[in-house]
Amino acid sequence: MKFSENWLRQLVEIDADHEALVQRLTMAGLEVEDVQLLGQALDGVVVGEIVAARPHPDADRLKVCTVEMGSGEPLQIVCGAPNARVGLKAPLATVGTRLPGGVRIDKARLRGVESSGMLCSGKELGVDADASGLLELPAEAKPGQPLAAVLGLPDAAIEIGLTPNRSDCLGMWGLARDVAAQWQGRLKIETPATCTATVRTQREVRLEADSDCPRYLGRVIEGIDPTAASPTWLTQRLRRAGLRPLNVVVDITNYVMLETGQPLHAFDNDRLEGAVCVRRAREGESLKLLDGTPVALTPHFLMIADEAAPLAVAGIMGGQASSVTDATRNVFLESAHFAPAVISGRARKLGLHTDASHRFERGVDPELAPLALERATALVLELAGGRAGPRSTAERPEDLPQNKLVDLRRARMSRVLGMQVPDAEVVRILQSLGCRVEDTAAGWSVLPPSHRFDIDREEDLIEEVIRIHGYDNVPVRPPSGELALQPDPEERLKPRDLAAQLAARDYQEAICMAFVGESQLQDWGLHEGQVALANPLSADLAVMRPSLLPGLVEALRRNRARQQDRVRLFEIGRVFGAGDKAPQEADQLALVACGSAHAEQWGRDTRGVDYHDVKGDLESLLAMTAMPDAWRFSNQSLPHWLHPGRSASIMRDGRVVGHLGVLHPRLTAALDCNDDIVVAQLDLQAILARRLPRAQPVSRYPAVRRDLAVEVPEDIAWSKVEAAVRDTLGARLGQILLFDRYSGKGLQEGRKSLAMGLILQDASRTLTDKDADRCVAEALAALERECMARLRG
Amino acid sequence: MSDIETQIRDALADIQQTDSLDALQALRVSLLGKSGSITAQLKSLGKLAPEERKAAGAAINQGKVRIAQALDERRGALADKVLEQRLASERVDVTLPGRDGARGGIHPIQRVLERIAYIFERLGYQRAEGPEIEDDWHNFEALNFPPHHPARAMHDTFYFPDGRLLRTHTSPVQIRALMGRTPPVRIIAPGKVYRSDSDQTHSPMFHQIEGLLVDETSSFADLKGTLAAFVRAFFERDFEMRFRPSFFPFTEPSAELDIRWDTGDGSERWMEVLGCGMVHPKVLEHCGIDPERYTGFAFGLGVERFAMLRYGVGDLRVFFENDMRFLRQFA
Repeated sequence: MKFSENWLRQLVEIDADHEALVQRLTMAGLEVEDVQLLGQALDGVVVGEIVAARPHPDADRLKVCTVEMGSGEPLQIVCGAPNARVGLKAPLATVGTRLPGGVRIDKARLRGVESSGMLCSGKELGVDADASGLLELPAEAKPGQPLAAVLGLPDAAIEIGLTPNRSDCLGMWGLARDVAAQWQGRLKIETPATCTATVRTQREVRLEADSDCPRYLGRVIEGIDPTAASPTWLTQRLRRAGLRPLNVVVDITNYVMLETGQPLHAFDNDRLEGAVCVRRAREGESLKLLDGTPVALTPHFLMIADEAAPLAVAGIMGGQASSVTDATRNVFLESAHFAPAVISGRARKLGLHTDASHRFERGVDPELAPLALERATALVLELAGGRAGPRSTAERPEDLPQNKLVDLRRARMSRVLGMQVPDAEVVRILQSLGCRVEDTAAGWSVLPPSHRFDIDREEDLIEEVIRIHGYDNVPVRPPSGELALQPDPEERLKPRDLAAQLAARDYQEAICMAFVGESQLQDWGLHEGQVALANPLSADLAVMRPSLLPGLVEALRRNRARQQDRVRLFEIGRVFGAGDKAPQEADQLALVACGSAHAEQWGRDTRGVDYHDVKGDLESLLAMTAMPDAWRFSNQSLPHWLHPGRSASIMRDGRVVGHLGVLHPRLTAALDCNDDIVVAQLDLQAILARRLPRAQPVSRYPAVRRDLAVEVPEDIAWSKVEAAVRDTLGARLGQILLFDRYSGKGLQEGRKSLAMGLILQDASRTLTDKDADRCVAEALAALERECMARLRG
Repeated sequence: MSDIETQIRDALADIQQTDSLDALQALRVSLLGKSGSITAQLKSLGKLAPEERKAAGAAINQGKVRIAQALDERRGALADKVLEQRLASERVDVTLPGRDGARGGIHPIQRVLERIAYIFERLGYQRAEGPEIEDDWHNFEALNFPPHHPARAMHDTFYFPDGRLLRTHTSPVQIRALMGRTPPVRIIAPGKVYRSDSDQTHSPMFHQIEGLLVDETSSFADLKGTLAAFVRAFFERDFEMRFRPSFFPFTEPSAELDIRWDTGDGSERWMEVLGCGMVHPKVLEHCGIDPERYTGFAFGLGVERFAMLRYGVGDLRVFFENDMRFLRQFA
């Protein structure tokens, strides 16, 4: 809602300057979003009338004008505005004037012709935004008259952002009422008198839409002067409210809407046939709107129609065929009350948002309809002449919104606010907002006014009282209350602990969009069984991600495109999938790495990151669970997007909970990436469970280390070797360390050598050499048996 | 001067002149070893007359102790010298970079989100979370957004074909936290939220933190005090603040908290940092909680806004571009 401050001040008398007014509006919940100060420096700017104009001898675009300014000799002024013409009255900045932009007007020669002053556009004067030509002043303006007096300046155009509950402030009357309550100011709103009919012409109005429209008023005005121009005071108020003047009738309906908050519509009465009726649209009906767009209607829409055709989409926009034009002599004014529920969402459906729909969706005071009709009638008669007919009225009183009594308890209010508001102040505030207030034992019984749709329970009244009394007056009480300390689950890792560990291992946390593109998922073979949005912003943000990896890999690609060769990213976030009944969501942890394994450094060899580098990073996370035995890496059940030979499924307690490996070369190539990309993803829940440590006594006897090197076929996994040794040695094996793995020269093709250190220990005695030798022999025997191993010489 | 005294004096002089540990060891053997010269003197005591034996014995033993002491001292001095030489030769360039010191970092949004949640956890708020795919009831209806309410139009909502939606705020976690629970309840619920809006100042996905406190005593004064304390704790400084009336369907009275922010160009302006209010009785009723007995307050804040203010980030969109050059600044 944008409005002229001068207009507001004409409706309410307050003891506050501009700054204070703006500040208080915001602090009363009517947030001031923008202020344009208008005509702040107009000293020396007067009305000038162009009495003669001739072309400039040396410039095609310039004119040499003779300008009358009321007294003294007419001035010669060179002007380039396209609308400079004889008879035009325009602002004249006289010599010595300093314009709002800081420019000082001096006598000058323009292309050899003397010019004594400047004719100005609205923008040059800071009066409005129009810079297309000279600001055209009304015919009644007198040459020499200060411009400020003609335009009602200085003024400010104030824009407030109204929350959806405050439709009562979508009109100057309501705004003035609220401001009066804020400042204990005096309201000066005049209630329009009912116009006396001077002709009998009347158009029947009918309600055929039940509670959708409980009140519809209309009036015919005959014989208006279609050439009448809207007066400056009116057009300036429209402009300062952000509306463009069109013609006198439309300007009046807009003006009355701004003034009262009641949207009005004017029809060309000669284009109407028979009774005007409010009804739901029928399937297949259509209408060409005022702006020329045709719309197809359904019974979802409420419509104004005559006996021949649809006329308007009720409460949203009129139709072109019945609209008022510059030739209209007879008008039919409409002032109606439409229920918010039948307007809500309809404009949006038509791709529209109009001043009318904005108000009706939020609720318009039903008592305004007759007042606004009378006000508009009076203005038409005053400004465009004509003769008014009697008012046509159709009403369903039982369907008009009725406010009910609401109790406000003193004790409840102080409980909610944490303070007492004095009784007299409560009553004053509520009354100034238009409420009827009666004392009760516990407080007050309050009847909200018809213009407030947002007050129907006690909290609504409490809010109104404190809003006007001032939020600043509520005390600031430091946090208090009983602290109920909850058990702190130690057997559960916090996701942030994992993030910290990954950051310590040189991974940078990323946050990717939770939606991805269908085609991206297709590349990954992940496009089936996904959750797609019904109204995505774009095709590449259309599907909820089933994995964090496509997004992370894309982020990796973009970084590499920006000369970041070594990229290591991780993310912890939610992933989605279609479930049997409802979509499923789960948290996932994922990481990607590409480029050299270590940051380039003098003391490190440079090689690309590989499977085991990232496995190590992952193991550092798994180690946090303190349950090493629960985790297994297997080359079974691999997804299509991984390299089949350099990838693993991550299993916890026998269940696949994630994957790790080199991204499939097909995908890597599609990313234009020449280096391996190693990726991992893990179900977050699976890694959060951790073991509460249970301390065991440390053995008092020394450990013995024996090294064992064996040769086994290439396809025997280390896990199998390790298991064979562990199973055989049982509790005697403290630790098994693989310290070398070799294949190639000196070994038979298809064989590899594994060298391991066995840390042997007994809890009850010191192991002898003989004991240790026996252990090694047993381990070797098991390896020969189960892993086709041979002892390395 | 007796023979023995001369011998001892010579030995001590030899020790002082020895300049390697090996030579010193050899000297020790030649003096005190099994067939060393001092040892030989001791052995020859038996040849002396008993009355001379005592005095001579004492002199030899005394000399032996002096020699052993001198040997130890010399060895210590020589060892120190050797160590000094070694240390003098062992030098590293202490300014060369260390190995594997590279560190990644935490995303600024997560960092701020944790910081905020942690501050409230210290006030006894418990972490809570909820699904990102919500139903209309939790996201709107239970929060007192009636169907077709204009307040819904302020939430540009992403829908799924079955009518579910991506939550437009973290407020549905309030409902999930209150359902089936008996106050006192204090929760803090960070998470992702979604609105179908994308431009310089809007991202279709962003982060909010919802806070909720319901008990038998809390009032608007407690709300003001808690949030003012939080803002001070987060920014580590005092601000001019104002609570300004606003509207949210699920709180009443509702407010927005503005802080007086130094824009860096010498001017200050009011900056909106969070929305809050007293929990609307209808919300409590929807969750089966008696609004006569319990009151409380709720607040919701935009994590991106706090991160932008705290770290001087000018453009919201950089948070989700995952450019390493940007992210590395938040180690």
